Amino acid sequence: MLAYIIRRLLYALPILVGVNLITFALFFVVNTPDDMARMQLGVKRVTPEAIDRWKAERGYDKPLFFNDAASGSAMLSETIFFSKSVRMFVGDFGRAEDGRDIAREIVTRMGPSLAIALPTFIIGLLVSVSLALLLTFFRATYLDFWGVVLCVAMMSISGLFYIIGGQYLISKLWKLVPISGYGGGLDAWKFVILPVLIGVVSGIGSSTRWYRTIFIEEIARDYVRTARAKGLAEAAVLFRHVLRNALIPILTGVVVVIPLLFMGSLLTESFFGIPGLGSYTIDAINAQDFAVVRAMVFIGSLLYIVGLILTDLSYTFVDPRIRFN
Amino acid sequence: MSAPPSQHGEELLAVRQLRVAFAHGRSLLPAVDGIDLRLAAGETLALLGESGCGKSATALALLRLLPAAGRIVAGEVCFGGRDLLRLPESEMRAVRGGGMAMIFQEPATSLNPVLTVGRQLAEVLARHRALGGAAAQATALELLLAVGIADAPRRLGEYPFQLSGGMKQRVMIAMALAGEPRLLIADEPTTALDVTIQAQILELLSRLQAERAMGMLLITHDLGVVAQMATRVGVMYAGEIVEEAPRAAFFSAPRHPYAQKLFAALPDLARRGGQLQTIPGQVPSLSAMPAGCRFAARCGHAWELCRQQSPQWRQVAIDHRVRCHLDDGVASRGRDGGSTAASGEAVAVVAAAPALLAVDELRVHFPIRRGILQRTVGHVRAVDGVSLALARGRTLALVGESGCGKTTVGKAILQLLPASGGSVRLLGEQLGGGARSAQRALRRHMQMIFQDPFASLNPRLSVGEIIAEGMRALAVGGPAAGRRATNTAAVAAVLQQVGLPAEAAGRYPHEFSGGQRQRIAIARALAVQPDLVICDEPTSALDVSVQAQILNLLATLQGELGLAYLFITHNFAVVDHLAHEVAVMYLGRIVEHGRVDEVLRAPRHPYTRALLSAVPSPRLDAASEYIRLPGEIPSPAAPPAGCHFHPRCRQASELCRQEYPPPSRLSATHVVHCHLYPPPGEAD
Amino acid sequence: MPFLPVILWSDVLIWLLLLLAVVLGWLSARNPLWRTAWRRVGRSRAGMASATLLLAFAVVGLLDSLHYRPRLVADGGQGASAQPTAYAVEVLSLLDALLTPLRTRNEKTYSEPLATRAHARETIEVRGSDGRLQQTRDHPRLRYGGAHLGADESRRDADVASRVLQALGLALLAWAAVAVAVCGGVARAQGSGWRQAWRRVWRRDGDFAWNAVLAALAALLLLAMPVALLATDYHVFGTDKVGQDVLYQVLKSVRTALVIGLVTTLVMLPLSVLLGVLAGYFRGWVDDLIQYLYTTLSSIPGVLLIAAAVLMMQVLIDTHPQWFATAAERADLRLLALCFILGVTSWTGLCRLLRGETLKLRELEYIQAAQAFGVSSLRIIGRHIVPNLMHIVIIALVMDFSSLVLAEAVLSYVGIGVDPTMISFGTMINNARLELAREPMVWWSLSAAFFFMFSLVLAANLFADAVRDAFDPRLAGSP
Repeated sequence: MLAYIIRRLLYALPILVGVNLITFALFFVVNTPDDMARMQLGVKRVTPEAIDRWKAERGYDKPLFFNDAASGSAMLSETIFFSKSVRMFVGDFGRAEDGRDIAREIVTRMGPSLAIALPTFIIGLLVSVSLALLLTFFRATYLDFWGVVLCVAMMSISGLFYIIGGQYLISKLWKLVPISGYGGGLDAWKFVILPVLIGVVSGIGSSTRWYRTIFIEEIARDYVRTARAKGLAEAAVLFRHVLRNALIPILTGVVVVIPLLFMGSLLTESFFGIPGLGSYTIDAINAQDFAVVRAMVFIGSLLYIVGLILTDLSYTFVDPRIRFN
Repeated sequence: MSAPPSQHGEELLAVRQLRVAFAHGRSLLPAVDGIDLRLAAGETLALLGESGCGKSATALALLRLLPAAGRIVAGEVCFGGRDLLRLPESEMRAVRGGGMAMIFQEPATSLNPVLTVGRQLAEVLARHRALGGAAAQATALELLLAVGIADAPRRLGEYPFQLSGGMKQRVMIAMALAGEPRLLIADEPTTALDVTIQAQILELLSRLQAERAMGMLLITHDLGVVAQMATRVGVMYAGEIVEEAPRAAFFSAPRHPYAQKLFAALPDLARRGGQLQTIPGQVPSLSAMPAGCRFAARCGHAWELCRQQSPQWRQVAIDHRVRCHLDDGVASRGRDGGSTAASGEAVAVVAAAPALLAVDELRVHFPIRRGILQRTVGHVRAVDGVSLALARGRTLALVGESGCGKTTVGKAILQLLPASGGSVRLLGEQLGGGARSAQRALRRHMQMIFQDPFASLNPRLSVGEIIAEGMRALAVGGPAAGRRATNTAAVAAVLQQVGLPAEAAGRYPHEFSGGQRQRIAIARALAVQPDLVICDEPTSALDVSVQAQILNLLATLQGELGLAYLFITHNFAVVDHLAHEVAVMYLGRIVEHGRVDEVLRAPRHPYTRALLSAVPSPRLDAASEYIRLPGEIPSPAAPPAGCHFHPRCRQASELCRQEYPPPSRLSATHVVHCHLYPPPGEAD
Repeated sequence: MPFLPVILWSDVLIWLLLLLAVVLGWLSARNPLWRTAWRRVGRSRAGMASATLLLAFAVVGLLDSLHYRPRLVADGGQGASAQPTAYAVEVLSLLDALLTPLRTRNEKTYSEPLATRAHARETIEVRGSDGRLQQTRDHPRLRYGGAHLGADESRRDADVASRVLQALGLALLAWAAVAVAVCGGVARAQGSGWRQAWRRVWRRDGDFAWNAVLAALAALLLLAMPVALLATDYHVFGTDKVGQDVLYQVLKSVRTALVIGLVTTLVMLPLSVLLGVLAGYFRGWVDDLIQYLYTTLSSIPGVLLIAAAVLMMQVLIDTHPQWFATAAERADLRLLALCFILGVTSWTGLCRLLRGETLKLRELEYIQAAQAFGVSSLRIIGRHIVPNLMHIVIIALVMDFSSLVLAEAVLSYVGIGVDPTMISFGTMINNARLELAREPMVWWSLSAAFFFMFSLVLAANLFADAVRDAFDPRLAGSP
């Protein structure tokens, strides 16, 4: 069991290194720092001096991998690769275009992101699983048929429309809650409730349908027939037998995203003006702030890998076959 | 309809005119067509039939557990004075598990994998006996003890995957008993199990039935199981019951031509070396049931009336009735109809011919990886030092229970798996290693026929392409020029050899039945003109009547082409029928090896003896006592020290626990690895 | 020549895809298993109704994938022939040519659907009855919308109504013609009479869901015909901020969506099939390497990887303006780059699936039989493994389409989607999203984008379901 966890952790390390190399290649090899400088400065102000100054300010004036000018360990450490990529492993992400420390910014913005993403995730999961169980219980009836049709229709609507429509209806037309913004303290719920509601509704279609497929697949198995042959009621069969087994495939898709909740949602946060990591990423993309995007890619992958490990761990709770092997 | 309740006790179950159909698109296909059943307490009614005859659908319909597409169209199921088909669902649930319990074929999938054995048992106790807490625990423990599970207190807290196949089936039986049912429905309860485990389970079932005076509806395709278990027999064919008789009457004089054919198709010593009787054609499909007698198209005695009118029940003796238009005179010519070829003749050609295949100390070990770095911590010794020799035109049967490594031997000989040690020589040349071209040339001398006729043919290729593949790969039929034409001709020729029409080449595997597919697989192997064919359980997925066709075909081909067969099987009847020599495997090693009459008539190794005694015989006069084998096959990753068999052997001595027995030669051909028979040199 | 054909890279790929579809169709017709699977799709009513709709979208997309540069008409009259022919910088498509009125009749700014006057009040000069210029604030008259009515704007409703009626009549006629043609075809194929053929077409459990096709076609014609007839003189869906016709924009968006949804799979498929099969078949270190590759790639959150890649691509495009002759080419290449990036970031899921399936397949007995013949690994993969994986590939292909179309909208909104000058559902939504906040509200742009996108994605989803049900061997048995 412990060996299993250690093995998963050891396996995560090369993946993180790989992610780092991919990001590095994307940001520094496809385009040279000169290209980035020219792009950032705009066509008019491009002079060799301006480019050099831009690079020096951001530490892009070093060689990529190997510094001939330095000596000793500095030959490796005084390079872009070391300062921009390797340093990320110790949580040093450098500074954004506006001069702020990225690491600190990330820490302060995690709170608002989580305040939206966590309730959305939990409520969404509960609602979808319950709806899926309902459809499964009434399988092969009109309720099931039209439920699935509704799910397909709901998943055919772009997330953008959910947000735009929800904002229009609830905030503008009915004036129930503020249209956007974020506040700390007790008033926070006013700002949280709409994004959470929209987040839940926009996810219902696809996840309900997916869970229903899993349940229906599980219900065709032999052990379900055994359970019925015991004389159990359909509800008992569904909750005691099917749900437990269906949890295994459901967990694969669900647990892995839990750590990523820290990253927030790009769309929701930017539409509702929530100062979380999602809107931070969007702003960085629009401002072409390479340092921030690079940092977010790294953190995102780190969280995903944590999610993978959590998934493996969660199996040991629901699947005795893994717990005892 | 006139069958009186038998002498056993009060009538438990009466099924009248039950009809079950399956929805297919917008139409309903009848699967069970008006059957009548009666069952008394303490009685076992065996429902016998081949796959697709509707016997499982009948069982599920009794419990109203048919799959979503299944419908009960009409009929009456009287159980305990009530018609189950008219009960509301909530009352029906009290019957399921309470009045009537069911055991399914596949114990591996029929238990919930994520709940402990204790919980799954407690569920039934809570539902039907209102037991909870400590009382339920105690009762669950009693039940596990009753079904003979060793170490029962520990097993209560274990999950199904921690149990072996036999133990899972015991747990299933315990669960079925937990509601104290009066009727037990067992749907092929031992089909998925090895023969020694099957014997254990069958013994357990009859003991429990006697103790509790339960009625039992046993659904099976195995005449041996019927002979051992049944009080009465009902034979099903294409959704109808065609014959119903007490066991003794049925086994001494079956009346329906179908039942007679079933007996005739069984391979056994009486027809050794000769041809088995076969039933031509196949069971009619659900969508195209003939109007008259459903067996008419395959019946040798069918006459005009049979094709026009479905026969009515006819009483032929007390409790014995049959649905057949034929009168007694024709129907009684029965079981000896098969041609009995000279049995001694084939055996007489003793292995004088030089060996075609020589396997010496073959080993196949699979590494077990564990720990952080996935280091190899041990080996599964799937095959651990197997030596064989096989001459042209001979058949060597490799028998053993599942997991003994017999299939691995076959694959290692074919070089489908890398050998870890030992050597395989074909035609005197070493296989494995050496130049690729030489290896390729050797490949065409040996081929394999697989167990599952559905998995062994690529569904995307036409039959012609499938058969031609080997010819092309091994460049049979000359160089490239004009090969296509010769190939087409060759494919047609080989199809004809296996009894299929030439136009089958243009069709695809899904258009053929199981038996026909197996013929295609044989044609594919024959196409490269091999000398040796490795047959891996080629008939175990087939019905008895089809099995007979395939066995006949194999025998004919051996006679015509002088093929050598390495026949891997667990079915002793088949071995008896066609093998010249037998090697018995246990845990990766051959424990006994000899001519078929030596090994099967005078088995020496305790394992061989136990194995043979566990095979249920489809006759009345079979020796009833069998040698119980305690426990199950140990894991080949950690075989017991000394003789691998000693933990299950009654005659084991101290020596057996310490040393693997050397070969003892009992005759020129009979070798056994057992300390009971010390080699002559050390005997004194 | 009156025009200079322009072949954009995305055009090449689109037509290549069409060719591939034809080849696939031909192969399917030859193999009985494929044939039965497609027949099952044909029997599915939801599947065939959505296929009809998708076909209509595909026609729009294909018409929009034949590009040219029109010749500039020289003013020199007679002497023009002597001059070297000059072609416009603007790249047009066949669809543009068909929609010339929609494309060229631009108003000044917003106008409501079917309006004759602009949406916002403006200060306009009106010559009063006394001949003097008066300045009033009113909705100005549109330049093109309802221009044929002249001053008599009150006639608009009657005009619209009569056109709609005409259109419905035409639609019914057209539909009846198609229905008769279908019936005739069925009658000939069955060798039966018309009456039987008609009954066969409308039977609920026929061999081919003609009834669904005809019903979908009826709905399509009844909706499209009035729009087409009205569009000649009105802005049916209004105009946007710069006065461009919204109907024109949604029709142009269709091609962008199709390119994103289809070309991406063209990038994704070879990667996932090749790597998945290799990993599953050879196992060992090949498997380890490929697994490492896809775990690493999939561990980077999709949007972020796309964002990073698109940012870098933008830098590349911006610093090399000399690569592109026209703005259209630039936008087109950016679209393809987006497809490429989406493909590279999304092959991992399918690859994992195919690897698992290959692992199962390679243990099957027919593969072992082939190995026993000494058939080479490459041949086993080509003959035995890949054909038996194709159903997964087809299912993945149709399932991915709708999610890619949806993804384009989100990415364009975030600013890492298609070129801002390229018309797509994403850019339309992005431009229109603030309009709901205007007073009075501008709703038509967003609604039109919503309606078209929804019907495209819904049709794709329903079709994908039908295909999955028909091809998935676990589901194929059930009705």
